[in-house]
Amino acid sequence: MSTPVNLVGAEGTAAYYNLNEHAHPEGYSTMLGFWIYLMSDCLIFAILFACYAVLGGNYAAGPGPKDLFELNLVAANTVMLLFSSITYGFAMLAMQRNALRATQGWLVVTALFGLAFLSIELYEFHGLIAEGAGPWRSAFLSAFFTLVGTHGLHVTFGLVWLTTLLVQTGIQGLTTANRRRLMCLSMFWHFLDLIWIGVFTVVYLMGMLR
Amino acid sequence: MTAQSAPETSFLFGRLTLDAIPYHEPILVATFAVVAVGGLAVLGLITRYKLWGYLWREWFTSVDHKKIGIMYMVLGLIMFTRGFADAMMMRLQQAIAFNGSEGYLPAHHYDQVFTAHGVIMIFFAGMPFITGLMNYVVPMQIGARDVSFPFLNNFSFWMTTSGAVLVMASLFVGEFAQTGWLAYPPLSNLAYSPNVGVDYYIWSLQIAGVGTTLSGINLIVTILKLRAPGMGLMKMPVFTWTSLCANILIVASFPVLTAVLALLGMDRYVGTNFFTNDFGGNPMMYVNLIWIWGHPEVYILILPLFGVFSEVTSAFSGKKLFGYTSMVYATVCITILSYLVWLHHFFTMGSGASVNSFFGITTMVISIPTGAKLFNWLFTMYHGRIRFELPMMWTIAFMVTFTVGGMTGVLLAVPPADFVLHNSLFLIAHFHNVIIGGVVFGTFAGINYWWPKAFGFRLDPFWGKISFWCWLVGFWLAFMPLYVLGLMGVTRRMRVFDDPSLQIWFVIAAFGALLIGCGIAAMMTQFAVSIRNREKLKVDGDPWNARTLEWSTSSPPPEYNFAFTPIVHDLDAWWDIKSHGVPRPTEGFRDIHMPRNTGSGIILAGFALVAGFALVWHIWWMAALGLVGLIGGAIFHTFNYDRDFDIPAALVAETEGAYTRLLAKGGLHA
Repeated sequence: MSTPVNLVGAEGTAAYYNLNEHAHPEGYSTMLGFWIYLMSDCLIFAILFACYAVLGGNYAAGPGPKDLFELNLVAANTVMLLFSSITYGFAMLAMQRNALRATQGWLVVTALFGLAFLSIELYEFHGLIAEGAGPWRSAFLSAFFTLVGTHGLHVTFGLVWLTTLLVQTGIQGLTTANRRRLMCLSMFWHFLDLIWIGVFTVVYLMGMLR
Repeated sequence: MTAQSAPETSFLFGRLTLDAIPYHEPILVATFAVVAVGGLAVLGLITRYKLWGYLWREWFTSVDHKKIGIMYMVLGLIMFTRGFADAMMMRLQQAIAFNGSEGYLPAHHYDQVFTAHGVIMIFFAGMPFITGLMNYVVPMQIGARDVSFPFLNNFSFWMTTSGAVLVMASLFVGEFAQTGWLAYPPLSNLAYSPNVGVDYYIWSLQIAGVGTTLSGINLIVTILKLRAPGMGLMKMPVFTWTSLCANILIVASFPVLTAVLALLGMDRYVGTNFFTNDFGGNPMMYVNLIWIWGHPEVYILILPLFGVFSEVTSAFSGKKLFGYTSMVYATVCITILSYLVWLHHFFTMGSGASVNSFFGITTMVISIPTGAKLFNWLFTMYHGRIRFELPMMWTIAFMVTFTVGGMTGVLLAVPPADFVLHNSLFLIAHFHNVIIGGVVFGTFAGINYWWPKAFGFRLDPFWGKISFWCWLVGFWLAFMPLYVLGLMGVTRRMRVFDDPSLQIWFVIAAFGALLIGCGIAAMMTQFAVSIRNREKLKVDGDPWNARTLEWSTSSPPPEYNFAFTPIVHDLDAWWDIKSHGVPRPTEGFRDIHMPRNTGSGIILAGFALVAGFALVWHIWWMAALGLVGLIGGAIFHTFNYDRDFDIPAALVAETEGAYTRLLAKGGLHA
């Protein structure tokens, strides 16, 4: 395994020590780290999905999905979130062009779609609780509220983050650090979209078939 | 305190009242007095010698992986002492609670003691120990100057510490869980545990869990991205490999714990029905989920120590590690298999014969890669020139002890046998056999091995050997009786006993625990004596004539670890450099780019602690304050873009020059 050359003296030093090195560029490992974080978050959702799969049929003589879900509302909600992902994509394209104003504009549009999504979700939750189908009513509803609510909490967190980045790009412009942060939030935002597609399918569509 | 109905709440103090202070329990009052006096003495000494500024600047706010590693070890040792005190209390109680005697611990207290013992030993002693060792050693072994995310590293440490502080607070304010260390529902549900004990459990583990997950991500990225040039994956030292696998397990399992504890919290705080007996809840769901985290967790604890034993065996046998490739593959196999065995923790749940058989077989299969490792260590020693220094002694003690523990584990893996032995003291003896024999002995091997690197002087071998023998003999005395008792059918977590013929075994076990206590005391003495005699015990960078890159620097290493990043040609990179007689570079130094210290980590973790405490006691305004502080503080931190600085080349030249002169004077290796 060892190198067969004789490496005594200055040549050896040069072969064994990087005498002409440069520091890793800023943010060298951030993307990999953020990917791994997203996967860990994905596991949390996996557990919540598993709980819904196991407990989703336990209505405890209470209402089930067919009694509660309004697919039109959920469809509208899904559209909001999917549009927000597209507009975030436009923000990233603008960032590539180095267009600060356009980037910020698309971010604001994204935030508005995100807010619309959250408002519809809260309206749905409010309606459910008002008709006596709160998270404490049955294990099915516990699992439903927790899965959907955790996703909503993530969207809320994403909105706080987005607002922060709007301020930071406003102060500093599209610096390397800010671009990296926008990239991370982009991954986070699309990840939430992906989770929502799972929620829409497993919770709402398959729930209606249950 | 013993009331079983949920207490009244007020706006200002939530559920917290003066009754929460256990002043009517003399044992706790005495403990509090000792802790308070000791704590005040420490604080007083720090103030007297004006060390606050030094501690804050050089340690608490440090992003240096070496200092954070040392702080993890200190945290681990403190909490280990607390966990051991709990163990002593249990051994004493069980040794005397015979013939109608109730012992000295009331049930309410005893149940908290065994819960706290388990929680503390796993989360706040074991985890800090392995995280500390990995933090200190991994970047140095791969030729890096720090971890990938130095600030995150500091934050992770303080989150773990916040969790530990919350557990300790439960000793004097309120109570801890009385549920056993995994807090199974329905016992841990509001209906059966209405008081704050389980809430302390949930929030301390959630806060510490954030730290653990983040530090897992950090170390994976560090290992994958910051290896020295030439160090392909199959040229990584085994300790780095086992750390990589342990951290992958952390990231792949701690989110499960976070989720399941959040669900238990929902049941307790919101009134959901995940794990309740009624409204469609399913307590077995909790047991499944928590063990999906729990089984990988025991491998998270042991894998890094397998790495330590590999480094120690190879260094002290003066040989390349036997079967490096098989060692790596065995580690990876264990990593994967550790995910496929969780159900063996509840064979008696009634999953049926096929499911139980599957998990019984996967469990037995794990012993194959583990056995391969043991043979590799033995063959490394074979024909080696073995030096019986302390790290090697701990390693040999491990090999014997762990093998016995492993074999009783295979016994328990047989589902029909498990139906007889489950929940008995046989099980307790088994997992202490592997955790003490593996994790604890490994940590001590690691401490004795890397202490000279961290501080520049060796640990005193005399007190080290006393500690070693007390521990080894004490362990066997303390736990072999439990195997016997378990086979006789004695279940775990019992407080009093009817059958007087059992008492002698408990007395022997208590005596063993006492001997372990002597071992701990001897170890503390070892530290103290070594620090006092540090001039006499002084060493250069490579006191053991070892093989991996961390030994190529001075001891203690400079802040930047390596003036020039080493280039790796061989698995034992430092041995390679030494055997080729490659001279150290002594000129041409450059500025070194390093991360700047920051107080953000400790402040954010402080907010998390406030929020956790407030949530335990239902003090909602304070919880909101803590959470707003946490999120706001994190956002505030991101507005600081100026996070690095350069160590000037002249300073590097000066530091390296001093070490060159030291080496020349001693005529030591290299």
